[in-house]
Amino acid sequence: MTVVTDAPKDAFRPSMLIYDTRYRSMTIQIVVLLLFMAGAAWLVDNIVKNLQTLGKDFSFAFLWYRAGYDINQTLIPYTNDSTHGRAMFVGLVNTILVSVMGCVSATIIGVFVGILRLSRNWLVGRIMTVYVETFRNVPLLLWILVALAVFTEITPAPNQFRVTEQMIAEGTEPEATMSFFDSIAITNRGTYVPAPEVSRSLGSFTILDVPISLNVLAFLVAVAIAVFGYRAIKAHASRVQEATGVRPVTWWKSLLMLLVPPVGLLVAMGFHLSYPELAGFNFKGGINVSNALMSLWLALTLYTAAFIAEIVRAGIMAISKGQTEAAFALGLRPGRTMNLIILPQALRVIIPPLISQYLNLMKNSSLAIAVSYMDLRGTLGGITLNQTGRELECILLMMLIYLALSLLISSAMNVYNNAVKLKER
Amino acid sequence: MSGLHAQTAPFVRDTMLPPEPPPAMQSGVVKWLRENLFSGWLNTILTVLGFVIIALLVQKFLPWFLHSVWDAGSISECRAIIEERWGPGAEGACWAVIRERWPQFLYGFYPAELYWRPVLAFGLLLIAIGPILFTQSQRAATSFITLVAALTFVSILALGQHNVLALVFVAALVAVQVFAPRRLMIFTLLYPAVGFWLLWGGSVWIPVVAVLGFVLGWLAFRLIQPAGGSILGAIAAVLVPVFWWLFAARLAAGALQGVVPLGIEAVRSDRFGGFVLALTIGVTGIGFSLPMGIVLALGRRSDMLLVKTLCVGFIEFIRGVPLITLLFTASLLLNYFLPPGTNFDIILRVIIMVTLFSAAYIAEVIRGGLAALPRGQYEAADALGLDYWKAQRLIIMPQALKISIPGIVSSFIGLFKDTTLVIFVGLLDPLKGITDAVRASIEWKGAYWEPYLFVGAIFWIICFSMSRYSMYLERLLKREHR
Amino acid sequence: MKKSAFLGTLAATTVLAGFASAATLDDVKARGELICGVNTGLVGFAAPDANGNWQGFDVAVCKAVAAAVLGDASKVKYVPTTGETRFTALASGEIDLLSRNTTWTFSRDTDLKFTFVGVNYYDGQGFMVRKDLGVSSAKELDGATVCIQTGTTTELNLADFFKVNNMTYQPVPINTNAEGEQQYLAGACDAYTTDASGLAATRAVFADPENHIILPEIISKEPLGPLVRHGDDQWADIVRWTLNALIAAEEYGVTSANVEELSKGTNNPEINRMLGTEGDLGTMIGLDKDWAKRAIAATGNYGEVFAASIGESTPIGLARGLNAQWTQGGLLYTPPFR
Repeated sequence: MTVVTDAPKDAFRPSMLIYDTRYRSMTIQIVVLLLFMAGAAWLVDNIVKNLQTLGKDFSFAFLWYRAGYDINQTLIPYTNDSTHGRAMFVGLVNTILVSVMGCVSATIIGVFVGILRLSRNWLVGRIMTVYVETFRNVPLLLWILVALAVFTEITPAPNQFRVTEQMIAEGTEPEATMSFFDSIAITNRGTYVPAPEVSRSLGSFTILDVPISLNVLAFLVAVAIAVFGYRAIKAHASRVQEATGVRPVTWWKSLLMLLVPPVGLLVAMGFHLSYPELAGFNFKGGINVSNALMSLWLALTLYTAAFIAEIVRAGIMAISKGQTEAAFALGLRPGRTMNLIILPQALRVIIPPLISQYLNLMKNSSLAIAVSYMDLRGTLGGITLNQTGRELECILLMMLIYLALSLLISSAMNVYNNAVKLKER
Repeated sequence: MSGLHAQTAPFVRDTMLPPEPPPAMQSGVVKWLRENLFSGWLNTILTVLGFVIIALLVQKFLPWFLHSVWDAGSISECRAIIEERWGPGAEGACWAVIRERWPQFLYGFYPAELYWRPVLAFGLLLIAIGPILFTQSQRAATSFITLVAALTFVSILALGQHNVLALVFVAALVAVQVFAPRRLMIFTLLYPAVGFWLLWGGSVWIPVVAVLGFVLGWLAFRLIQPAGGSILGAIAAVLVPVFWWLFAARLAAGALQGVVPLGIEAVRSDRFGGFVLALTIGVTGIGFSLPMGIVLALGRRSDMLLVKTLCVGFIEFIRGVPLITLLFTASLLLNYFLPPGTNFDIILRVIIMVTLFSAAYIAEVIRGGLAALPRGQYEAADALGLDYWKAQRLIIMPQALKISIPGIVSSFIGLFKDTTLVIFVGLLDPLKGITDAVRASIEWKGAYWEPYLFVGAIFWIICFSMSRYSMYLERLLKREHR
Repeated sequence: MKKSAFLGTLAATTVLAGFASAATLDDVKARGELICGVNTGLVGFAAPDANGNWQGFDVAVCKAVAAAVLGDASKVKYVPTTGETRFTALASGEIDLLSRNTTWTFSRDTDLKFTFVGVNYYDGQGFMVRKDLGVSSAKELDGATVCIQTGTTTELNLADFFKVNNMTYQPVPINTNAEGEQQYLAGACDAYTTDASGLAATRAVFADPENHIILPEIISKEPLGPLVRHGDDQWADIVRWTLNALIAAEEYGVTSANVEELSKGTNNPEINRMLGTEGDLGTMIGLDKDWAKRAIAATGNYGEVFAASIGESTPIGLARGLNAQWTQGGLLYTPPFR
């Protein structure tokens, strides 16, 4: 029987804290912790002292005070009698609005441009390259300013749309006309688009002072039913195909399924569009989309689309040519090759950088400051900050909200990313 | 054989036909057109659409460009000239605003008689980074440096500010590159001090004393390492310069200035504006964010939980908020975070914030590069018995950085473009700050497109060349792998 | 123990970066330079010319204080501040004096802890509209689109005005005067509202000023003046009395042209006391005898400054109105130099 003895343990010496790898990381972490705590303590100490000298306190009570200022675009009810807190929410909703609009349109344009850049068509490829390189290499702020200048300097004033008796008599045309079959008026006061309206409304209810329209909810439910039904039909068709080898013809069924519930609901509610009309100094009716929002949206869209185009192009190019050739060898048509072979694989490469582009767009929307669009920075970090003089609270709160939005987007997209990720054994 | 042939075959060609030219549809321009523009109905439609778009753009903008006026005293004079030359209602570009105000776009309110200093600082910057830009080819580096030096010469002479010393210095640097290329790296290391001194001016002893801190740190390391080991040496190498800068540097600079008063005219940072400001912030931010990004990336991949948590927290926080909020922090909140009564230059504050912002993004790019390295590389380094820092320096980082080059450069481009945001904290950036200042004068009210085009074009050139350089580097490094 | 030593080290580092003590006067003298917060660019009040030299009505206050304290009106560092950054800059000690057409209000004086040293311009919020709009009173602006500059008291006054008069409006917020001008000229808003002086300054640089009118209604009181931090009364006194000296100089007929001559002695004891030929008012505020003389010589008296930067002979073309001396029916009335 052999006795295995441990190697004799070294007596602990202080120098081992540095030279012994077992302890070194501990030492480093403790030093870092101390430094970090000291730094934090120093900052807090400074803040307390500074607030004292300025005679201020750290309190968010101002959020419940009357704001007293007006905001030109409010998606939730707001008047100048509302609180600063509510103004903040109005700004937050505006930030989200322009971010969502921007993400959707930038994705659409970006995907198109990315695919067209790969096109064998020399001219189209060149045009797209020029577009991408122009927009990527110039600051976004320039595009926002240019877009604003275009909207305010080049678009006609509302009164240029006017048709007077005299004009009819002389047979002259007004200086400006509405586009898209007289439904959209692009003016230097903003763009007027038709507003969706229903004549038999289902009413609304309010949660936390925010009215929620039952019409919209009902419509969303109808769309959900339609999509659900559509997928059920598809799934059924696939099952039949698996079992019999013949795919039943379903296109008319799925089309009906997709269209009937939402359209039926709209008809039942008496849906119609209310068109903008020139009345007095301005257009009345319809929805007025302010030039600030239009130019911010346009600039964010075109700028981000250039980046997305590059991501899409890189994603498609990352799929080896062998995949395409194999698909062709199987006899798949180019369209199906793209849908079934290339895109599912390319998406995995595309999605992660796409998420960071969405995040960038959301953060870049804070450049609304250049066009005075009343986003979160404009209300909480702008007028509220000014009126109340609470820089510390306002800026910290604003940062926290942006941080929360970013984390929300990235986690939501990560869930999706995991769903499309290659399932490896 | 031939006889057999003659008997069996009824006809044998014994002369070669001259080769036919390919069919008209398969050669030359027609073939190219068919393949590249009209290969199918979809492509044909796209081509036609493309031509229509180009035609529309040309029709819209060409007259405007053709009707350019370079020589006028005000925007209304410009419009009058255009009407007079090309008839009433004609629209044209009024480049006179650029011609008259270009120094403001480039230098902001930097004293006019000192324009040569930013020019020289920029030229020297390119010379200093020349050897790094073209590590692969000595010849490319030399021709790049010579070209930059020549351009610097021409620009300074064109400004009419003959500073013989400056010209001699540039020429000397070129000579160093030609005869002793490796020595130029010394200048590269010294450049931050030189650039700072040229831009802000003042006593020459301030940058000298600052650089002396590094020298002292190195000396401390050399002295202590043999006795106390490399870790104590490293600690000393950090502490000695810090103490030097904090306590002794100011006195030393003052004393030296008292003994040997050497210096150039000081320029206050509120005179900075335009591209001088954008480049100062951009270049400093780029220079400092790369090392910081590397440290953050290593911290994020570290095994030490606390270090990792701190790095993750920092990176995610910075990446989660817009740069504008950080700039507002710099201008509005820093006074709360610092001891009562402290104050420092807003440009410096902005540079710090921009650096932190960019470092967080670069850290993520480098982390991607580190993650892309095969595990075997780490294991091989361990097997060779390299310690952590040696492994990082010799094996991991060179490869990880190589992989991350495109990402790093696009972060740099982003940082440079983001320097325009400093207008929102009251600094005169070239894009909005200076154009607004120019438009504030009665003569140039309403000049929108020309300044935007001018500034946009300069940004485009700088950013585009950066992205092309990164592609060049990528190709170069790829070749090495073969 | 260890931690406090560490904190001490850190604190020491930042002290080196610069220290603003309670005695602003000593700081300014030691620095040899006055740091003055001004507008980022409002023609007539504070705007850099093509060479970066600041000019204007508010800038003159900075110059006068620099001349009084340092003896050289050019020893001023101008810090352009926006509506958002101005108060922080002053509160933090980044600037010694804020002269940026800032309205004296209760909360700014008490809650934000600033001392308004006086009023250099009595203003009020007005409206500018295009002449062809056919509007002659602000009460006819129901339903109008109005451009407002944010970050000021303007947006609050506007909301109140429309509410009191039971009218509606569509606000178009803008950040700087330059943007406001762009939007208004392009027709993106029917009316542009800001301080009446600002409106005049803006209209002055239009290509067709005659086609725009400033409506007669003034919907608010906007006493604009320079301000300093609470807690340094000596510094507040210096700025206050420099401003008063400029105003009083106009009342007594002291101009930049004759100040040298008058300082040799006159038969008006008030002038003599102000210019330091009699008594010792200068030392009471920590300066020398000639402080007021230098200030007046550097910028001219209030009337001269007004005439040179925003008066009727300039493109801005403001009439004296409320800003005339009390002897002329205006509101300018300085306490006696005694």
